[in-house]
Amino acid sequence: MNFDFSDEAKALGEQARKLFADRAGPAKARAAMAAGAPDFDAALWREIADLGWTAARVPEVHGGLGLGCEETAQLAEAAGQFLAVVPLVSTLLATEALVIAGTPEQQAKWLPGIASGDIIAVPAWNEPGAVNPATVAIAASGGTLTGSKAPVPDLPGAHLAVVAAAGPDGASLWLVDLAHAKVETVETLDLVRRHGRLVLDGTPAEPLGTAADYQNWLDRAAVILAYEAIGTTGAAMAMTVEYAKTRVAFGQTIGRYQGVKHKCADMYIKLELARAHALHGLAMIGSDGAELRQAAAAARVASLDALSYTAEEAVQLHGGIGFTWESDCQFYYRRGRTAAAALGPRGWWADRLVRALEQRNRAAA
Amino acid sequence: MDFNDSAAEAEFRSTVRAWMEANAADYREPVTYPTLPDFIAHSKAWQAKKHAAGYTGITWPKQFGGQGLGPMHSIIYSQEESRFHTPSGLYSIGLGMCIPTVFSHGNPEVIQRYVPKALVGDEVWCQLFSEPSAGSDLAGIRTKAVRDGDEWVIDGQKVWTSFAHASDFGIVVCRTDPSKPKHKGLSMFIVDMKAPGVEVRGIRQMSGDSGFNEVFFTGVRVNDSHRLGAEGDGWKVALTTLMHERLAVGGKPRNAPGYETLMKLARTVEAPVGGPAIEAGDVRQKIAQTYINDQGIKLTQMRALSALSKGQMPGPEQSISKVVVAKTMQDLASFALDLAGGDGFLAGADADPELAKLQGSYLGSAGLRIAGGTDEILRNIIAERVLGLPGDMRPDKDTPFNQSVTA
Repeated sequence: MNFDFSDEAKALGEQARKLFADRAGPAKARAAMAAGAPDFDAALWREIADLGWTAARVPEVHGGLGLGCEETAQLAEAAGQFLAVVPLVSTLLATEALVIAGTPEQQAKWLPGIASGDIIAVPAWNEPGAVNPATVAIAASGGTLTGSKAPVPDLPGAHLAVVAAAGPDGASLWLVDLAHAKVETVETLDLVRRHGRLVLDGTPAEPLGTAADYQNWLDRAAVILAYEAIGTTGAAMAMTVEYAKTRVAFGQTIGRYQGVKHKCADMYIKLELARAHALHGLAMIGSDGAELRQAAAAARVASLDALSYTAEEAVQLHGGIGFTWESDCQFYYRRGRTAAAALGPRGWWADRLVRALEQRNRAAA
Repeated sequence: MDFNDSAAEAEFRSTVRAWMEANAADYREPVTYPTLPDFIAHSKAWQAKKHAAGYTGITWPKQFGGQGLGPMHSIIYSQEESRFHTPSGLYSIGLGMCIPTVFSHGNPEVIQRYVPKALVGDEVWCQLFSEPSAGSDLAGIRTKAVRDGDEWVIDGQKVWTSFAHASDFGIVVCRTDPSKPKHKGLSMFIVDMKAPGVEVRGIRQMSGDSGFNEVFFTGVRVNDSHRLGAEGDGWKVALTTLMHERLAVGGKPRNAPGYETLMKLARTVEAPVGGPAIEAGDVRQKIAQTYINDQGIKLTQMRALSALSKGQMPGPEQSISKVVVAKTMQDLASFALDLAGGDGFLAGADADPELAKLQGSYLGSAGLRIAGGTDEILRNIIAERVLGLPGDMRPDKDTPFNQSVTA
């Protein structure tokens, strides 16, 4: 049994954590926030590209390293842990869509630029009224899209959008060259990650794969985003545990009180459950396993639960100081909602999990 | 990544599987035993068969009659045996906890006398730790052992002792020096459960089962050669045993209802607000949550197995198993029984068999949340040993036992 990351993937994660520990983290996030409309760290992005992180998942024929999703997951976890102000996770998600669903021409056109870091690519599904990624209403017509997509993470400054839009067989993905589209910056609860509105008005769009490819991408995106959430959860937990070891009340550190330590234990329990399902998802991606849909949905739900619980109790256990603007708690607290908005809410994914279990039961019957 | 055995593991598994097919055919379906002697007779016969085939003491050193193999062999054997309904529970405490304590801390004569007979299944063992006033706070035990020449005289009461009524011997932790702080004045002994002065009384649990007992000791004499570990080292010795217990009381009990049970039930009943229950949002959320918890623990155990399989030590993530599994069982059972309406409440001859299983799980899970470390103690352990938070304040930690409020 080998239910673990490869040593190579772990080494890349180690490299990412080392760089981010130096170049990202809450202090850098705060600086980005203070800049008003937060911008991403272009120098850090260049360094990331030079280290080959954006090339990791890109096939060698397109200038990449041809690695699997384990490396993507390690990078997403590190980015989440350090709240890195770079469009890394968005670009990794868009890369995954191009890798699994792109035609050779589409891949040749976009992947080399992604690998080199010159192209920032972002997925876009949210639109007014869409409650989950399957119910998008904007529809393609004659190779163009019309309507607006918002909030779209990391959109300002991006070059390529992978847009979910309705098609004859259900929702599917479309490539939109942002040179031909209008992008506005929007405010969101997340003060660190830039979001935008993609205004489409007869904007040229190319289909990227089928409706089934979109569903497959949703599963993979759920696993990648689970790792991002796991990273953020781990950071919020570590910060809270550290505080509980030093803050004194009633003559002893608050970490001695069961009312405090049991919340910390519950953070760990939820985090480990999320890790188990996310790793299952990765194993299924790596082996084209039949259980990908259920594993991905479970990873998504478990990771959202872990992040929400941990971020909320992090504020609570820090007490009044945790509620201040100056505390880092708010980054994690706000990120809980960013994570939910990034790919649709918990309830929809929990239902998707049950549908996957029902389908498996029918297949077994 | 894969979930496959290594070549050596696969070979061992296929050998075990073939042996089980050839030898465990009587236990393909669950077996009910009309009386305790029936159960004991079946258990002894099965243990002897396993022993003859070399499937007992798989990880124990060869010098103690074990096979000297790694933990993966033991796990693979258990996985294969658990495909059958073999009667192995009688020995789980003795061989899982007591005897490893005996060969880790006993003198050579004692090891020679007791270990082989336990391994072959001739003698059954129990663990005498908890007391009426010392459960989670185990070091607060009051059963005392007083030195009398070459012997010790034991007086006191133990409780929650599984299989005491079927046991030949037990390991008992006693207070030998009440003038020392509570963790320091304890010693561990082997006790003959048939000796004069030992009285075993069954305890009926709220589930109706009678799996465990209270045990009274009145002037029970034990030779000093039957002490395990040094005088005053009983706490350290007990920790060896408990380490084994926490590993043993881990995953979801076999055949316990899970998310599939709720899915099946929800297809046959109406939701409280009308419409098929399987389409109700809260039912689907409960199915999802149950899957996430139960399957999450299984996957977490696979992470630990992967480490073992590569010859590494598993991480601390396994420590979450019981605390998740027991509460998930309870939540699932109460939700499903309520969903079944009055039918979920009918018991005995009037109960639907599937719902009766859920009732059993509802009652049993309340005990599982306590046995082998309560939810609260396990959260302490995660917080302290995994996250590094400080221990609870223990006002009696350094007080001589006979001066503390516990005494």
